[in-house]
Amino acid sequence: MSHESIRDVARESRVFRNRLIVSSFIVAFLFLLLLARLVYLQVLDHRHFSTLSERNRITVVPIPPARGLIYDRNGVLLAQNFSVFTLEIVPDQVEDMDELLRGLSYIVELSDYDIKRFNKRRSQRPGFESILLRTHLSDEEAARFSVNQHRFPGAELKARLQRHYPLGRLTAHVVGYVGRISDRDISNMDPQVYQSRYRGSEYIGKTGVERSYEEILHGVPGYEQVETNAHGRKLRVIRTLKPTPGKNLYLNIDVRLQQKGEEALGEFNGAVVAIDPATGGVLALVSKPSYDPNPFINGIGFKPYAALRDSPDRPLVNRALNGRYPPGSTIKPFMALAGLDEGVNRYATTYCPGYFRLGNARHKYRCWKKSGHGAMNVSRAVTESCDVYFYTLAHKLGIDTLHREMTSFGFGQKTEIDLPSESSGLYPSREWKRKVRKQVWYPGETVIAGIGQGFILVTPLQLANATAAIVHNGLQYKPRVVFAIQDPITGEVEKLKPEVLRKAENTRAKDYEFVRNAMHNVVHGRGGTARRIAVGAKYEMAGKTGTAQVVGVAQGARYNEKALAKKYWDHGLFISFAPFADPKIAVAVVAEHGRHGGSGAAPVARAVMDAYLLTPEQLQAEEAAKAEKQENAQ
Amino acid sequence: MNRKTLLHLDYPLMYALVLMSMLSLVILYSAGGENLSVLLRQGTRMLAAFVIMIAMAQIPPEALARWTPWIYGAGVILLIVVLAIGVIGKGAQRWINLGLFRFQPAEVMKLGVPMMAAWLFSRKPLPPSPMRLIIGAIAIGVPAALIVLQPDLGTAILVAAAGVFVIFLSGIQWRILAGLGVVAAALAPVAWHFMHDYQKRRVLTLFNPEADPLGSGYHIIQAKIAIGSGGIYGKGWTNGSQSQLDFIPERHTDFIFAVFGEEFGLIGASILLLLYSYIIGRGLYIAISATDSYSRLLAGSLSITFFFYVFVNIGMVSGILPVVGVPLPLVSYGGTSMVTLMAGFGILMSIHSRRRLISS
Repeated sequence: MSHESIRDVARESRVFRNRLIVSSFIVAFLFLLLLARLVYLQVLDHRHFSTLSERNRITVVPIPPARGLIYDRNGVLLAQNFSVFTLEIVPDQVEDMDELLRGLSYIVELSDYDIKRFNKRRSQRPGFESILLRTHLSDEEAARFSVNQHRFPGAELKARLQRHYPLGRLTAHVVGYVGRISDRDISNMDPQVYQSRYRGSEYIGKTGVERSYEEILHGVPGYEQVETNAHGRKLRVIRTLKPTPGKNLYLNIDVRLQQKGEEALGEFNGAVVAIDPATGGVLALVSKPSYDPNPFINGIGFKPYAALRDSPDRPLVNRALNGRYPPGSTIKPFMALAGLDEGVNRYATTYCPGYFRLGNARHKYRCWKKSGHGAMNVSRAVTESCDVYFYTLAHKLGIDTLHREMTSFGFGQKTEIDLPSESSGLYPSREWKRKVRKQVWYPGETVIAGIGQGFILVTPLQLANATAAIVHNGLQYKPRVVFAIQDPITGEVEKLKPEVLRKAENTRAKDYEFVRNAMHNVVHGRGGTARRIAVGAKYEMAGKTGTAQVVGVAQGARYNEKALAKKYWDHGLFISFAPFADPKIAVAVVAEHGRHGGSGAAPVARAVMDAYLLTPEQLQAEEAAKAEKQENAQ
Repeated sequence: MNRKTLLHLDYPLMYALVLMSMLSLVILYSAGGENLSVLLRQGTRMLAAFVIMIAMAQIPPEALARWTPWIYGAGVILLIVVLAIGVIGKGAQRWINLGLFRFQPAEVMKLGVPMMAAWLFSRKPLPPSPMRLIIGAIAIGVPAALIVLQPDLGTAILVAAAGVFVIFLSGIQWRILAGLGVVAAALAPVAWHFMHDYQKRRVLTLFNPEADPLGSGYHIIQAKIAIGSGGIYGKGWTNGSQSQLDFIPERHTDFIFAVFGEEFGLIGASILLLLYSYIIGRGLYIAISATDSYSRLLAGSLSITFFFYVFVNIGMVSGILPVVGVPLPLVSYGGTSMVTLMAGFGILMSIHSRRRLISS
């Protein structure tokens, strides 16, 4: 090392030493910087990061409650839950959704509809929530997925409780159905209720009892605090709060009556409502035709829905609640009660020449009996359904009095039944006509109101409830489909108390007895219009027939040639109660295009009452007799 | 006066390194999911690394200085070979497969570049002449550029830094240093232009990790949560929820400090920092007591580079530096970088052991 001699070794060494000291200071400073950073993270901001860490670690998973079951009055199951396999996805845990869906489609069947529905729901719900992709997986599909699950992080096989209606169309219009919670359901709900009770819930009552008793049926969800790893895998459950199941419901409905009513309507569309007059309990509520509610639960496809919606028979319309029919002559017992209340002498007669004239006007209001009934008192007028008597009565009372009296039987008023969206029907008044029609009231309109024609529209439910009021001397209860609520855990049953809806203007028991007797004669008396149904009856009954000339519910329905002729047929109506001495059941029947109440509707009421009042043995004998009669006829 | 110790080892440094290795195994047991085979593999690598350290300690610094140009030259050639293989194989390539193990030329250059710089500068009086400086800059720049092309920006920075530290220690005038600083600042936008998108994103993420919480910000956020939630005392060994539940990515390699901070808290992390400063301090002491300029420059550079690794890693994990793939020295799982580091410590020991032999 020859050049070493010219180096200033001492200076080099000093410079190096200086540089090293500078370096040491820089190193020390940077170490302190790191330490300061750690103090900041671990001491000053510790709480913040602890919270974040806990939130990372712990996920709160709602456990939806089991929905309450629905039984009929005899314990027949109408709505149940059963377990189905569903395939669900937590979007936050999926890296490539398209890839995942493609992979899954090799393992389970995925329709375009499934994927469309999934994508729609994915856009509406937070990404950490489990979203349904496929439901009702077959055992084979479930097994196939389980084996391959590790390939699909974020996808999960779950056993969900699925609603099912074993009797399907028979109870669809009463029980209704649940469906997936929609945006509208959410916006209709108190946000707090939604947050606390519907997180994790898939379904909500959409129609019928399922909707009106939603709060009781739904239950309260539980929560599970689970520790999850970064991939969302559940590692262990930290705490569980069990869900409180929804309460069970026992209905007043008797499916046997429901069945009989539906059968007895035969080929007619229509409605049957049976009410226990003592409580307002709804024993049967038939609307025919009906539909199977089960496909609606997970969203019915567009095509089958369109078929139901556009069918000329309108199966989706609940005729018992929303079918608005002219009551025809079934209004007459109520007219009689109104007349008696307004001081009509029960023995005074009106002569029926077969028509009625308003003053000197030319127009003749015809009685159904062209030859005329002759002298009619109020009782016979009911029994023989004399139109002229009631034309005269209506004219005499005037529309204002009629409106007051008749609305007190619930016509034009809601019955406040415990089912959603009933129609209030219509009982016209001067005011109504001025407001809605922008016209004055004509006296002729009062006249035809006397026989239940003109503007008057009633629902079968209103008719049944008004009939129950006749039994009960004018006292009307709110019709109740639900009989009792049962706590599924304790088994405790809480019966719902009957609630008085209103009292009729006429409060005199004697008048009611009088009209009940007149209605008894309709079935059992001479000249009665429904005598045919009394044949072979094991009990006495009372009733009133009616015929409505107007096309009711089917208005606006599509025409087809076959239906066209039938379209012009009258509706047959019948109201009745039995047994006469101590009525247990009041029934209203509308048989669309049933032509006449006596033939089309009355036998239906008889069948329903038989089913309710007779012992099983008696019923069997009845069936046998009917079968024999049919054989003889052949 | 012969201060020679057994096998030329420096025991204060040796003990600290053994202690550090123990710490590494302890935290790896937790970070690796309490998997003993992970420990076994890392333990084997440690033993190998210690053997290499001891072997390096046997090489006298003069010999090392003599070989330096050859080692450096071979390293550059291998870097070119690796790049060529990568071009042919149409993919990023960083290693050469030697059958028994994979050999990364860039790793060799972590030692090769500071050795070359020290060799270059120590041959002429210090501070270096501008001509020397330019030659030195080229000697540092060429391998760094080759590594950038691999592309491995992180390693390139580390390699270049080791060389730059030599320049700094060589006594380069402050004004030249300041001038270079200005040039570097002016070149930053140009460098930015040539950076890969993911690299840009990492830098941007540093300033606002929450902007992309599921993408590039995820690492930083989760690591910060881990460290912060550890608090003063930590959640306890194998009890860190962030670590054990997979929230920390790369938790047994680059992000192992987050596991450490979460489970052992501020106290544990401070102890770790203390141990590091002890090792670095010892290295600097060895550098200051070295007696020839090659040894001094190399020892100083190796010690500061070691600190640089520590700072870059912990700075990255605690969210004050961008995410670059630098493992926590001596603690992270993995063999390559540990072998290089331990070889460096072997060189330090050799220098220390022979410091008086030359001067007297």
